[in-house]
Amino acid sequence: MVTEGKKGMEPRAGSALKINADLFAAFFRVGILGFGGGPSAIPLFHAEAVKKYDWMTEDEFSDTLALANTMPGPIATKMAGYIGYRIGGIVGSMTALIALVVPTVLMMILLLGALQQFKGVEWVNSMSAAVVPVVAVMLGVMTWDFVKKSGQSLGWPRAALLLGISVLLMEILHIHPVVLIIGILLIVLLGFRKGGRTA
Amino acid sequence: MIYWSIFLAFFIPGILGYGGGPASIPLVEKEVVDRYGWMTTQEFGEVLALGNALPGPIATKMAGYIGYMEGGILGSFIGLFASIAPSLILMVALMMTLMKYKDSPKVKNITKMIRPVIAVLLGAMTLQFFMTSAETSGGVQTVVLAVLSYWLLEIKKIHPAFVILLALVYGGLSGLF
Repeated sequence: MVTEGKKGMEPRAGSALKINADLFAAFFRVGILGFGGGPSAIPLFHAEAVKKYDWMTEDEFSDTLALANTMPGPIATKMAGYIGYRIGGIVGSMTALIALVVPTVLMMILLLGALQQFKGVEWVNSMSAAVVPVVAVMLGVMTWDFVKKSGQSLGWPRAALLLGISVLLMEILHIHPVVLIIGILLIVLLGFRKGGRTA
Repeated sequence: MIYWSIFLAFFIPGILGYGGGPASIPLVEKEVVDRYGWMTTQEFGEVLALGNALPGPIATKMAGYIGYMEGGILGSFIGLFASIAPSLILMVALMMTLMKYKDSPKVKNITKMIRPVIAVLLGAMTLQFFMTSAETSGGVQTVVLAVLSYWLLEIKKIHPAFVILLALVYGGLSGLF
């Protein structure tokens, strides 16, 4: 309600506390309810920023999301940091990020710390050994997801070529991924095309 | 200097991980396991499993926890800062200008072209986890657990948190008896 009619404008001094309290509540909920990593929390961002608090319109939200997707880094922190910045300036940005990130990091530290205490005990070791294949399956599913999306967006011949090149460079020649990713960025941005002129 | 290493270990995945936090996980593993040797593949797997079972963005849970393990509270803060700040500053700074070009094929192509690279990195990690598991738990047990977790996760659509909990309980019991 506070930002009514002034969406995305400078925060008003009198309402700064309320704005930051709202930002904290909104992104705390997103962080604590978003299972499955940042990208799966996108609908929660939408629910808070568009539906509940009316900080942005539908179009503004999807533009922000599209842009966030084209840039590197975790998607959730880009969304929270940017929305926080738009609504409450730099302080708002910090509030949003802290609310999003700190609770779950604390949970990690506390839970893993508790597990470490029992390291070396036989049944605890076999507990963690049993989790490894589960993680392998999750990663395998993610891998297939990325392969499928590559095929859909690039076409299978080009996707297969890029997959092959990546395997050769990273897994056989052991070139660091950084080199490959920067190379691709340069090729795309400078417009050199290996495989024809299709846009 | 440990803080500088922590900064670099999470700055590089943050700035190169196109496709959100999960896409940067193999890059984090590359730094944390291969380059700095802060953890073994198995330990990284445990942290990742717990990270996946808990809510919230995965990249920051990893950065915050690993930073804390290596450099205490300041290390945790530096890990978080390195994974969040560069991409966020980029986002805020470029928002206004790039808004005009968001439909440009070049900008869209970046995400498309990076995807196969991430796929290969994830595939290599998958293989590594299967191999670690076969070494520690044996081939048969690995296959049985993998098939069961695939069935639960992908066909039954059970939440990862429960599947991981089940695996923990099973592992604990099999270690006791």
